[in-house]
Amino acid sequence: MDLLGFARGPALKVALAIFCLGVVWRIVGFALLRLRRDHNAPRRGVLAFLTGGLVTVGSRSWPHPEFIARTGAGEALGYSYHIGLFIVVLLFTPHIIFLGSLFGFTWPGLPSSLITVVSVLTLTLFLAVLFRRVTNPVMRMLSNFDDYFSWFITALVLLTGLAATTHIGGPYEKLLAVHILSVDALLIWFPFGKLMHAFYIFPSRAINGALLARKGAVS
Amino acid sequence: MSQGKSELTVGEMLLQHGISRRRFIKFCTATASALALPPWMGPAMAEQLRNSPRPSVIYLSFQECTGCVESLTRSFAPTIENLIFNFISLDYDDTLMAAAGEAAETARAKAMKDHFGKYVLLVDGSVPTGAGGAYCTSGGRSAEDTLREAAKGAAAIVCVGTCSSFGGIPFADPNPTGAWPVSAIVGDKPIINVSGCPPMPEVITGTLLQFVTTGQVPDLDEHRRPKVFFGNTIHDRCYRRPFYDQGKFAKTFDDEGARNGWCLYELGCKGPTTYNSCATIKWNGGTSFPIESGHGCIGCSEPGFWDKGSFYSPLSSAAWGKAGEVAPRQVLELTAGAAAVGVALGVASAGVSRLRQRHSEQRTDGETKGS
Repeated sequence: MDLLGFARGPALKVALAIFCLGVVWRIVGFALLRLRRDHNAPRRGVLAFLTGGLVTVGSRSWPHPEFIARTGAGEALGYSYHIGLFIVVLLFTPHIIFLGSLFGFTWPGLPSSLITVVSVLTLTLFLAVLFRRVTNPVMRMLSNFDDYFSWFITALVLLTGLAATTHIGGPYEKLLAVHILSVDALLIWFPFGKLMHAFYIFPSRAINGALLARKGAVS
Repeated sequence: MSQGKSELTVGEMLLQHGISRRRFIKFCTATASALALPPWMGPAMAEQLRNSPRPSVIYLSFQECTGCVESLTRSFAPTIENLIFNFISLDYDDTLMAAAGEAAETARAKAMKDHFGKYVLLVDGSVPTGAGGAYCTSGGRSAEDTLREAAKGAAAIVCVGTCSSFGGIPFADPNPTGAWPVSAIVGDKPIINVSGCPPMPEVITGTLLQFVTTGQVPDLDEHRRPKVFFGNTIHDRCYRRPFYDQGKFAKTFDDEGARNGWCLYELGCKGPTTYNSCATIKWNGGTSFPIESGHGCIGCSEPGFWDKGSFYSPLSSAAWGKAGEVAPRQVLELTAGAAAVGVALGVASAGVSRLRQRHSEQRTDGETKGS
């Protein structure tokens, strides 16, 4: 079995199994946690508790007008590279074919050359995000191995994918194998690092919003 | 066959055929160009050939389908006739030669003895080693014995086709005959793999001619294939490549995309991972190649191509096939099993957290009451 066969076959199977195991483990563990007992009487009713959660999911997804000058650039950067990632992952025809082989349905893709342009832009944004994290004293203090490794593994997938499609750095099948291996590594790391925010981000915002609503705070 | 004439130099042979020096240099320049050799190689090749005796070539066929010889006989540049009558002395080829049986074997033995250390050994077909080599015998001898004996006196071995280069279809799982490529049997001779199922005729004759004229093994890739012919992927040189870049793909073999000549990637074309000259030299004298005829590349010049899944499964699809098939169901079962383990671990870890939380709250309550 050659490297590409290994990456697409056994390695991908193991990575998918670990991904599923880890994600379900953390979601179930998270969902079954008990909230701390709150002895205070709720300021608002159950409806406010629920709507407060939903409103916070939306309101925290956009910069607050008061802080937009300070946080707007960072949020724009974050949104931009996430959109870039979505385009590259979900609208590149070979990716659609792969996902189709997993789920049984496909959708229209974008031209490969356009995907290449988006990949380069996204990778540039990734570098900008890293630069910001390293140069901002507060962000640097808050960052740990998890942040840097999650950045690295995602950027690696993007970089190896770009190299494979543009044939830069070696024969296509080798670059493709390295790209798929990097995806395998990302799938394995995903549940155990901060990449898990993809599943946690909205539930955690909702719970925070609901708890604040119970206390009468406007979120 | 040209027994008895192999001592003549190529120049002398050409003179006998009434071919002038100018015509010969023109031919060599054209051939060097076809082989993508530097321009100065044409005259150098002519000079070298004129003064050299025609090298003896022995062609052995083992576990194969004769498609490679069929391909070889359809070479246009140089033609097989040109090659045999002007440049080489094909002293043994049990498919092409008129002699048979004892006479043919005697011709091979004589050529091997007379040109020991100088002849070029062409091999097509894989070498079966199972059942004591009984799956492929000739003249009462196994293919492995014949190969080992013939390889001893060879200047170089040219493996013609994917079977002798990488094992081919006999080597594919479950390999019932214990077949091996030549490189697994012979380790002490220069080996040039001209893979393909069949290999391109011009690539066979071109490689042979290049070795004969330069006396050196050409630059080879990691699979011992001449880089001059196997340096690029089919995808890189494919005339349908612009459609790939534009995201225009045929979805079936008879849809509008197929009729418009769009990229065949989604129909399983292996062009992106296949190295060969089909897209540039093309087949049948430059007429066309499989993709031009509407079918994707099957990757026949790559090692293990029979065992790399369906010819019609896109390269980027999971190696285990399409959703709904048997293998994907196994993957689904695997991931579902992993998810079930995840549920159990999640319940257990939440339970532990709850216990710790309760213990912590009880301790806090106790401290509050105590104060």
